[in-house]
Amino acid sequence: MQSILNSRDISYLKERAREMRIEILKMLEKSGSGHTGGSLSATDIVAALYFYKMKHRPDNPDWAGRDRFILSKGHAAPLLYTTLALTGYFDKSLLDSLRRVGCPLQGHPSSKMLNGVEISTGSLGQGLSIANGIAMGLRLDKNPSRVYCLLGDGETQEGQVWEAAMSASHYRLDNLCAFVDLNGLQIDGRCCDVMNIEPVGDKWRAFGWHTLSIDGHDMQAIVDALDEAEKVKGKPCMILAKTVKGKGVSFFEGKAEYHGVTPTKEELELAIKELS
Amino acid sequence: MGSRDQEQKTQNTDFAGQAVATRDAYGAALLELGKSNKNIVVLDADLSGSTKTKGFSKAFPERFFNMGISEQDMIGTAGGLSLTGKVPFASTFAVFETGRAWEQIRQTLCYSHLNVKLAATHSGITVGEDGASHQSLEDIALMRVLPGMTVIVPADGFETKQAIDAAAEFEGPVYIRLGRSKVPAVMPKDYKFQIGKAYTYSLGKDATIVAAGIMVSAALEAKEILSKEGIDAGVINMSTIKPLDGGALLAAADKSKLILTAEEHSIIGGLGSAVAEFLSENHPVKVVKIGMRDTFGCSGPPKELLQLYGLTAANMAETIKESLR
Ligand SMILES: Cc1ncc(C[n+]2csc(CCOP(=O)(O)OP(=O)(O)O)c2C)c(N)n1
Ligand SMILES: [Mg+2]
Repeated sequence: MQSILNSRDISYLKERAREMRIEILKMLEKSGSGHTGGSLSATDIVAALYFYKMKHRPDNPDWAGRDRFILSKGHAAPLLYTTLALTGYFDKSLLDSLRRVGCPLQGHPSSKMLNGVEISTGSLGQGLSIANGIAMGLRLDKNPSRVYCLLGDGETQEGQVWEAAMSASHYRLDNLCAFVDLNGLQIDGRCCDVMNIEPVGDKWRAFGWHTLSIDGHDMQAIVDALDEAEKVKGKPCMILAKTVKGKGVSFFEGKAEYHGVTPTKEELELAIKELS
Repeated sequence: MGSRDQEQKTQNTDFAGQAVATRDAYGAALLELGKSNKNIVVLDADLSGSTKTKGFSKAFPERFFNMGISEQDMIGTAGGLSLTGKVPFASTFAVFETGRAWEQIRQTLCYSHLNVKLAATHSGITVGEDGASHQSLEDIALMRVLPGMTVIVPADGFETKQAIDAAAEFEGPVYIRLGRSKVPAVMPKDYKFQIGKAYTYSLGKDATIVAAGIMVSAALEAKEILSKEGIDAGVINMSTIKPLDGGALLAAADKSKLILTAEEHSIIGGLGSAVAEFLSENHPVKVVKIGMRDTFGCSGPPKELLQLYGLTAANMAETIKESLR
C-alpha cells in the first residue's frame, strides 16, 4: 500500500504539526521526564518529512522502498514516537508508556524495541555517519530511496559530525538530505556561549554540501527546501533550519531550562489552549 | 616443475599448514568472500595496505570505502551499510578500531545488534617497532564487555581464513583480532573452526594452558618443554573469547590441577580474566595468567618484546612449574 497520508497541502501539514505538538506535550506530562524543547523545535520539519516527503509504509516498516529517517538528536524521541503513532506505526495509546519499564518507547529511540526506528540513537554525533552508510548501501543496490537525518545545533560540536560531513561530500551522497535544528540552545545555555558553531552555513558549504537556510517553522519553506534537495546532483544537501526551542508554547519558547523539563498538569492545559 | 608446485602451494588460499601473518590470511579471505558474496563491503581508515584490505579494494572498488583517518565515522558508516543488508568488514589497527571508536561500537553497532564485522590488525605487542601507541593490549577487554559482541582471536592463517568466513555467515557484530607478524601454523589440517568452540589439543594431568592467538604456538612449545621434565601439560586454543567455550574449560578444570592462561594482551580484562570469571563461578581451580602485566609496551623487534614481557614458552613452563610447587 502506498502511504495515503502524504500531502503537499500546507494547511494540512500545519494541522498535523499542531496535533503532534499536543501529543508530545501530553506524553511528556504523563511520563514526567523527557526532552520537551528540542522535540518542539523540530516538529514542523519532521511533520513535513513524514506527512509530505518521505515514502514509507507504517503497516510495513521494513519495506525496502521506504525513505529512511535518522534522528541523530535522539533525545527528541518524543517527537519521533508521536510521529510514528500519528502516521499509524502503532496505537496512539502506547505513547502513554514513554520511559516505563519494559516499554518499547525508551528514553532514547531503540531500533530493537520499536518498529519504525531505523537505528538506536541518543549518544550525540553519530547519526550522520549512519545516514551516510545507508545512503551508500542504497546506492550500491540502485535503490532510489532517500535518506534524511536530523541533527541538533549543539550536536554539531561533536567531531564525528564533521568526519561524516566530509565523507558524505567525498562520496557525493546526493540521496542524503540532513537538517540542523538551529534553535540556538543546548543544555548549558546558548550555543554561541557554550561553544560557538557559527558561521554554520559557511562550514557546511566549505565541506561541499548544497546548503539551504530556511525558517524551520515556515511549512511552505520546509516543503520547498525538501523539493529542492531532491533535485541536487552530486552533493549531499543540508537544510539549516532556524527554529525556536520549545516552539508553540509561549512559556517554553527560547528557554534553555526547558531542554529536559516536562510540563506540569497546569502547564499542559495552558499549552493545549495556546495550541488550539 | 618443483617451483611450480611451490607456487601451487602458496596459492592454496586456505592457509592450512602455512606460516603466515593473520592479517595476510584476512586479506586473502576477503578477496574470496568478495567473489562469492556480493553483499560484502569493506571499509578502511587509511591503512588498507597494512590491514590487507587493499586486495579487496582493487578487485571490488565499488564495494570498498576508504573513510580516511576517521575511525568513528567509519564505524557509523559500516553500521549504516549493514542496515541496507550489506555485510561490512571495517578494518584498521586494533588500538584505533576499539579505542577511538569504542563508543560508536557500543551505541551504534552493539545496542542495535548490527551485522558489522570488525577485523582489526596490529593487535598486541608483536606490532613491534612502532611502540606503545600502536600496540593494542586492551582491545579484548574493550570488546568483550559489550553485550552481544562476539570476540575471536585466531591462532594462525588457516584458522583466520575460516574465522572470517564464519563471521561473514554469522548475524551480529563480531570482533576479529589479527596480527602484523608472521605466525607458525598450529591448527591441524582437518580443523574446522566454529564460533564459540575451543580446540583442545590435549588436557594435562598437571596443568592445561588456555591460550589464544600467537600464544597458542608458544603454549604447544611449553607443553614439550614440560613433558621432558615429567610434567603433563595440555593445551587449549580458546580462539573464541566470547562466547567462551565453558565445556572445554570444565573438562580442563576437571583433569588439571592448574590452568595457565596465555595472551598477547593485558591480563586485566582479556582471555585470562574471562577464564577466571568462568571457572571461579563454575569449577574453582587455580588460574595463573601470562600476559601484559598492567603495563604499556615499547619499541623493538617482536621477538625481543615477547622475551622482555615474558610471553614465551620458557616463561609459561617456568610459571607452571612454580605454581605446581
Ligand atoms: C555524546 C553526548 N554527549 C552529551 C549528551 C547529553 N546531551 C543530551 S541533549 C544535549 C544538548 C543537545 O543540544 P542540541 O544538539 O542543540 O539539541 P536540541 O537543542 O535540539 O535539543 C546534550 C549535551 C549526549 N546525549 N550525547
Ligand atoms: Mg539546540
